[in-house]
Amino acid sequence: MPTVKFTYALKRHFPGIKDTPARGSTLADILREMDANYPGVKSYILDEQGNLRKHVNIFIDGTMINDRVRLSDPFSENSEIYIMQALSGG
Amino acid sequence: MNSSTILLGTRKGLIAYRATDHRWTVENLSFEGEPVSIAYADPRNGMWWACLDHGHWGVKLHRSPDRGATWEEVTAPAYPEGEEVRDGMPATTRYIWSMAHGGRHYLSKLWLGTDPGGLFLSEDGGDSFRLVESLWKHPTRKTLWTGGGRDLPGIHSIVLDPRDEDHLYIGISCAGVFETADGGRNWETRNKGLRADFLPDPASEVGHDPHILVAAPSNPDTLWQQNHCGIFRSTDGAKNWQDVSQSEGPARFGFAIAVAEDDPAQAWVAPANADVNRTAVKGALCICRTDDGGKTWKDFRKGLPQENCFDIVYRHALVSSGDAVAFGTTTGNLFFSPDRGESWQTLNNYLPMIYSVQFTD
Repeated sequence: MPTVKFTYALKRHFPGIKDTPARGSTLADILREMDANYPGVKSYILDEQGNLRKHVNIFIDGTMINDRVRLSDPFSENSEIYIMQALSGG
Repeated sequence: MNSSTILLGTRKGLIAYRATDHRWTVENLSFEGEPVSIAYADPRNGMWWACLDHGHWGVKLHRSPDRGATWEEVTAPAYPEGEEVRDGMPATTRYIWSMAHGGRHYLSKLWLGTDPGGLFLSEDGGDSFRLVESLWKHPTRKTLWTGGGRDLPGIHSIVLDPRDEDHLYIGISCAGVFETADGGRNWETRNKGLRADFLPDPASEVGHDPHILVAAPSNPDTLWQQNHCGIFRSTDGAKNWQDVSQSEGPARFGFAIAVAEDDPAQAWVAPANADVNRTAVKGALCICRTDDGGKTWKDFRKGLPQENCFDIVYRHALVSSGDAVAFGTTTGNLFFSPDRGESWQTLNNYLPMIYSVQFTD
């Protein structure tokens, strides 16, 4: 079962957020699952059209995903899916 | 209107100042570190709203029933699936640029203006917002609305007529002024007399850049706008606009304008250098006031920095209430005048960039 890990920056908005095992077979499924665990978190990661927000990145086993629109990048049973913010601004 | 509180939206949080015995002190700091594009107090029920512009996590909306002691996140305005700014560019809420209540007869109504040009309405006290499709589908939007101040078109002004709460004006940069007489079902352009010097046709019906639009509370048929191309006033409900800028003098370019509650002919502007510099005029800060509908302007400088100054005042950051006037600047200075702008007190020199200022109870 893949594990979803979240950047510490999301703790400010979701104090209970932690490494979470996921059952979904696509990234989009997994984000819906995370939204059920942490209501509202999907809107922090995706915009309302379902695209990954410009300054958010998702890494699967250390590699940044390619498809920021349909979220079709594959992963395996033991993958670590890391949701992080891009470093920008001041 | 009471004016014992000044609510600020800043680049690093929401800040509330409160006056006790004529002394202003900070009462509340919320969302420290987060950009607050608009901080808004609803005068009908005292609810505070914070429109957040998280760099990473998108636009969010929070409300507080207890003056910022506690906050609740509500669903931010979202464009329906498949909507596009232009062909091939998905529409998403990039910024909340204006907020207004829906009137005393529509207690559950709230309006929000956004970049990229969508107006949103809540009819449940802000629990949810829906896109006002009639304006979004306006035939001029995809072809004649452009960015101005921001990359894409944005609604920065929502002006409700207190005599008829189905009657509203909105200001869009860049498109101009639009009016509805039926609660947002139909829209008319109201840009006659404006000048868009940056367009091939400066008298174009659409494409103007009203930096901010306000109506006189004591006579809502008198509207004022600080436009990119000057200061304009209308006395016939925006049907015709007259340029009331100073021909020689600082009252011409700027972003902000405020009109007196008790006098439709009295207004304040915060001049800036046009057009590419966007700095204080001659390195000095002044507020200009007209008492005669824009025929003449006086500049007031007492208490304001007069050298080595780079401050300008953003469009939502100059307000009046009775004799009180306040403004906040891009370099984090907050000034207060107890005498209609004639003299100024510094409330703080060390704030973050100030986006919005509002007087409230």
